[in-house]
Amino acid sequence: MEKVLTRNIADDPVPTDMAAYEANGGYQGLKKAMAGMSSADCLKVISDSNLRGRGGAGFPTGMKWSFVPMGEKCTPGHKYLICNADEMEPGTFKDRLLMEYDPHQLIEGMILSAYTIEADIAYVFIRGEYLVAIQRLRDAIAECYEKGYLGDNILGSGYKLDMYVHPSAGRYICGEETALINALEGKRANPRAKPPFPQVSGLWGRPTIVNNVETLCNISHIVDKGADWFMSLGRGEDAGTKMFGASGKVKNPGCWELPMGTPIREILEDHAGGMQDGLELKGFLPGGGSTDFLTPDHLDLAMDYNVIGKAGSRMGTGTMIILDDQTCPVGMTLNLIKFFAHESCGFCTPCREGLPWTREVLKKIEMGNGVPEDIDTLIHQTKYIGAMGNTHCALAPGAMEPLQSALKYFRDDFDRHISGGCCPYHKGTGA
Amino acid sequence: MSEASLIQTDLGSVLSTQELSEIDAELAHVPYKSGAAIDALKIVQAHRGWISDECLQAIARHLDMSAEDLEGVATFYNLIYRQPVGEKVILYCDSVSCWICGGDDIKDKISKKLGIDYGETTADNQYTLIPVPCLGACDRAPVMMVGDDLITHVDEETIEQVFSGSQSSDDGVGSKS
Repeated sequence: MEKVLTRNIADDPVPTDMAAYEANGGYQGLKKAMAGMSSADCLKVISDSNLRGRGGAGFPTGMKWSFVPMGEKCTPGHKYLICNADEMEPGTFKDRLLMEYDPHQLIEGMILSAYTIEADIAYVFIRGEYLVAIQRLRDAIAECYEKGYLGDNILGSGYKLDMYVHPSAGRYICGEETALINALEGKRANPRAKPPFPQVSGLWGRPTIVNNVETLCNISHIVDKGADWFMSLGRGEDAGTKMFGASGKVKNPGCWELPMGTPIREILEDHAGGMQDGLELKGFLPGGGSTDFLTPDHLDLAMDYNVIGKAGSRMGTGTMIILDDQTCPVGMTLNLIKFFAHESCGFCTPCREGLPWTREVLKKIEMGNGVPEDIDTLIHQTKYIGAMGNTHCALAPGAMEPLQSALKYFRDDFDRHISGGCCPYHKGTGA
Repeated sequence: MSEASLIQTDLGSVLSTQELSEIDAELAHVPYKSGAAIDALKIVQAHRGWISDECLQAIARHLDMSAEDLEGVATFYNLIYRQPVGEKVILYCDSVSCWICGGDDIKDKISKKLGIDYGETTADNQYTLIPVPCLGACDRAPVMMVGDDLITHVDEETIEQVFSGSQSSDDGVGSKS
C-alpha cells in the first residue's frame, strides 16, 4: 500500500529534518497553495476528500472548518489554529510517533490549515511529558522561519503566520477542545459550555479551530494530490489511511499506517503477530480507553468509523488495547475507571462524584467483597453517567463505555468475583 | 511602614531577575496578565523544582491575580508541584496497557528498591515517585519517565540499572545509567 503519513518514518526511524523532508516531496503542498490556491480552494479540497477527525470523534474536518467566519464576515482581530497534541487517551501512542519522527509533516499541515481558515497564529498544545517531540517541533519551526515558510509574507504570498509550541502542565481533560482553550488562556481546564463553538468564539474569544495531530498530518498530502487520490486510499467507506495500533499481550505490539477500512483481524494477526504464546484473545477496546469492548466475534469488521459504531463501539483513536484470557476484565475496567475518576475536572457532580463511586464499587468486587446488588449499581451508573446531557462534557460518558460493554460481554466474570469472594484471575487489583 | 507594604516588599524580592524576565517574555503573547499563569508557574518550577507558597504569592502579585485564583490553577495540573520533589521525578505510568503488562508488580519493585510509595521522596532526595496517566508508549509497556528520560520495557533488570546509585540500594550493581 501507499505510505502517506509514515513515508518518512521507517521501521527503525530517524528524525526527519528540513532537508530530508523536502527531498521526499515535502512542502510541495504549501508551495502549490501559496502559488495559486485561495482559502476557499483549500477548504473545498479538504471537504471533498471526506477527511474525518483522527482524534477520536471522526467529525468531518472540512465541515468543522466551514463554520469559521471568513473575510469581511469576521470581525477584525486574530484567528487561531491549534494542534491538539495532548495525546493522553489510555492506550494511545500514534501522535508521539508522528511528531518525533516527522515534525515538518505536522507543521506543513498546520500552515495550510491556518491558511484555509485565515488564521494568523498557530499553537501546538502538546503533552509536557513529550520532551523529545517538543524539541524536534521547535527545531523544525525555527527551520521554517529561516526558509520563509513561517512568519511575514510566506513564500511571497502576503500570508502571515506565527507558530508556537505550548507544552501542557498535564491533565487528560485538556484533550477536550474547549478545556484545551481554557488551559491555553492560563486557566483551569474545565470544558466550556457550547454554544458558542470555538469556530466562532474560542481562544481569547476569537475564532479558533482545534484539530488532532494525525488529522493535520493529512492536510498537505490532500492539498498536493487532491481529494480523489485521498478517497482512493481507503479500503472501505472512509477515506485515507489511519495510524492503527495494538498494545497488551500480543506478540508484536506497535503502531502501523494502514488503509481506512482494514479488517481488525488483519491488524491483530498480520501486524501485531497474534496473541503471545499460551494466551487467547478475550476482547479489545478498538480505539483507546473510552471505547466499548468488542470481542473475537467482531474480528472481521472493517476499521471504519460507521462500521465500528454500528457494532456498538467507536473507532476512537484506532489504537487497540488487547484483553487476553488470563487478564481480569474486572481489574482492567477498574484500572480504566480509576484513571477517569482521577482525571475528572470536578466541574459537574455526576462525573466528580459518580466516577469515584463507580471505582469504589468495582474495587469492592475485584477484591472479592462484592454483593449481587453492586452489579445493579454499576448498571445504573452506566445509564445515568453514561447518558449524554447528564454531564457537562463527554469524559464521564466515555468512561462508562468500557464498563457497560464489560458488563455486557464479561458478566460471568463479574458474577464469579462475587460468588467466589475473590478475583479468579489472581492478578493485581487494578487499583 | 505598614504591614501590607512589608509583605509587598518581601514578595518583591522572591522571584529572581531571570525568572521575572522569562515571565515578562510570556506576557507579550497574552492579552491580559493572568493568561500567562501556567507559563509563569512552569518557569519558576523549572528554576526551583517546585512552587512554594511564597513563590505562588509572588507570581500572583506579578500577574495581578489573587493568590487563591492562582492556587486553583496550580493545583489543577499534574505537572505543577506544590510540594518539594527530589532531584528527579519518576513519572510511573499506571494506565491500562502498562497494567496489563504487569505494571503493578513493577511499581511494587520500584517502591521496594527505593523505599518510597507514590507521593514520597527518597531520604537522599534523589527521587520522587508519582503516578502518571498513559505516557503514549504503550507498545513498549511498562514505561516510566525518570527525570527527562523515557524508560521503556521496565523490568527488574532495568530497575537495578536505572536506580543503581540510589541510597536505598542494598547491593553493589555497577552504574550503567
